[in-house]
Amino acid sequence: MADLNTLTIADARDKLRAGEITSVDLTNACLQAVEGSSSLNAFVHNTPETARAQAAAADGRIKTGSAPDMCGIPLGIKDLFCTKGVASQAGSAILNGFVPEYESTVTQNLFNSGAVMLGKLNMDEFAMGSSNETSTYGNVVNPWRRGNDTADLTPGGSSGGSASAVAADLCLAATGTDTGGSIRQPAAFTGIVGVKPTYGRCSRWGVVAFASSLDQAGPMTKTVRDSAIMLETMCSHDSKDSTSVDIPVPNFEAALTGDIRGKKIGIPKEYRMDGMPDEIEQLWANGTAMMKNAGAEIIDISLPHTKYALPAYYVIAPAEASSNLARYDGVRYGHRAKLAAGDGITEMYEKTRAEGFGPEVQRRVMIGTYVLSAGFYDAYYNRARRVRALIKRDFDDVFAQGIDAILTPATPSAAFGLGEMADADPVQMYLNDVFTVTVNLAGLPGISVPSGLDAQGLPLGLQLIGRPWEEGDLLNHAYVLEQAAGFVSKPGKWW
Amino acid sequence: MWIDIETARRVAKLARIKVEDDALPVLANEFNTILGFIEQLNEVNVEGIEPMTSVTPMQLKRRADRITDGDMQDKILANAPDAREGFFAVPKVVE
Repeated sequence: MADLNTLTIADARDKLRAGEITSVDLTNACLQAVEGSSSLNAFVHNTPETARAQAAAADGRIKTGSAPDMCGIPLGIKDLFCTKGVASQAGSAILNGFVPEYESTVTQNLFNSGAVMLGKLNMDEFAMGSSNETSTYGNVVNPWRRGNDTADLTPGGSSGGSASAVAADLCLAATGTDTGGSIRQPAAFTGIVGVKPTYGRCSRWGVVAFASSLDQAGPMTKTVRDSAIMLETMCSHDSKDSTSVDIPVPNFEAALTGDIRGKKIGIPKEYRMDGMPDEIEQLWANGTAMMKNAGAEIIDISLPHTKYALPAYYVIAPAEASSNLARYDGVRYGHRAKLAAGDGITEMYEKTRAEGFGPEVQRRVMIGTYVLSAGFYDAYYNRARRVRALIKRDFDDVFAQGIDAILTPATPSAAFGLGEMADADPVQMYLNDVFTVTVNLAGLPGISVPSGLDAQGLPLGLQLIGRPWEEGDLLNHAYVLEQAAGFVSKPGKWW
Repeated sequence: MWIDIETARRVAKLARIKVEDDALPVLANEFNTILGFIEQLNEVNVEGIEPMTSVTPMQLKRRADRITDGDMQDKILANAPDAREGFFAVPKVVE
């Protein structure tokens, strides 16, 4: 059967169970697609032998008639996840040569269910970036182009390799992680679905840490149904992550009833930014109309502290990063700088970190160091954490008023060209996350759904934000939006 | 202007990242752009607001103080740039 790599998880699952296809064939189709995709630079460590062995095992399990949903499904894994025996570098030169002796809980959950790993996916260094231009492996290229223009576009970031790989049908789905928008922004830029679950749903154990109070893993898939299936497998309570929550993981796919009649959808006025492109405005209005037509009640709401989310994020995330990344010292793993005669341990630290960290990571580590330093801790860090509490309270208030989900644009623009932001100051790049970062600060679940194309033929996404722990209900809202938007476009294959 | 060249040098030192002298002015400038952006937080009234600690108030789990893992020296040293005789090796620290 041709083009097995273009299947969704749900279709592949059904065909595998019906005996119409095998995981080995499905996996080989993906491996072939991966092999022909070097110009996208999405896959950076390929594991074809592991994949074929896992696929063969999955086929055996499926024959027994009691295989889980993800059994035999070929996936790409973001480089941020530690995978036993397979290079895991977080897109950084400082982890050159690092091969974990352990498996992250999320990937272990996937493998326990029989999922197949095709390889590791490119990303911004330590997940710090919105364009996948900070990776030690080089830029990832978006499979989408502006019409006939051959200029390379960004797939977004930091989960840019995951987004590019799923959009280009190199794998059926991929894992991503989201600290300020790193699943939802690249999903929007590439016309796929991306979910950031409630903070605590997915274990962070074995996921290279960026900002521990914000980081969450989630699925990046071709459809909302696929996200529901994959998310359920990724979630679990994990005693190795003290912030992982001990509540049951529901059957998210069963929540996709397609019925949102009587639900209350909030439209936050603060997300109508000055200078927002008309196309984004229009997309949002269209999405609102779709939810209304599906029988939901549309309610204007206010989230008054929205404008302070990005500044608060750029205190809290660098502060946590500066602490988390202190472990890269050239002693226990990864890169160690060559030392000159007479260099002591301090020179070893300083040279190793200067060589191993790229400019954006260095900048954030130093900003974090500054805001945590004596005399500034209260003025910056504690103030930002208080503002964070107010941002969360804004959401608590609207949910207390009975709002079921909040609809916003996912990004302020469509994908931009690689290199186009090179001369912009760092803050300009940070603005990419203006609609997504509030969700991380409040710990809420959010999903990006492809909802239309711009005038240049590039995908645009809408974001839905849900109540904490109610991913099932959120996915159902997203499912309705997906059905109504009817987004079926795919990038033309040029790579 | 929050960060001058001397402050940038001190921050780099605290972060244990070697920054050459000629790179400090650009770095200080970038810090100031970012801190200028962060400065907006001063507009917010945070009087009486406790810093946020968790999404859903929950007690951190406790467990018995028992050893459940260990005896894996080889694994722990496997990725070290320099490991000798069962130890991580570093440049001489004490004269």
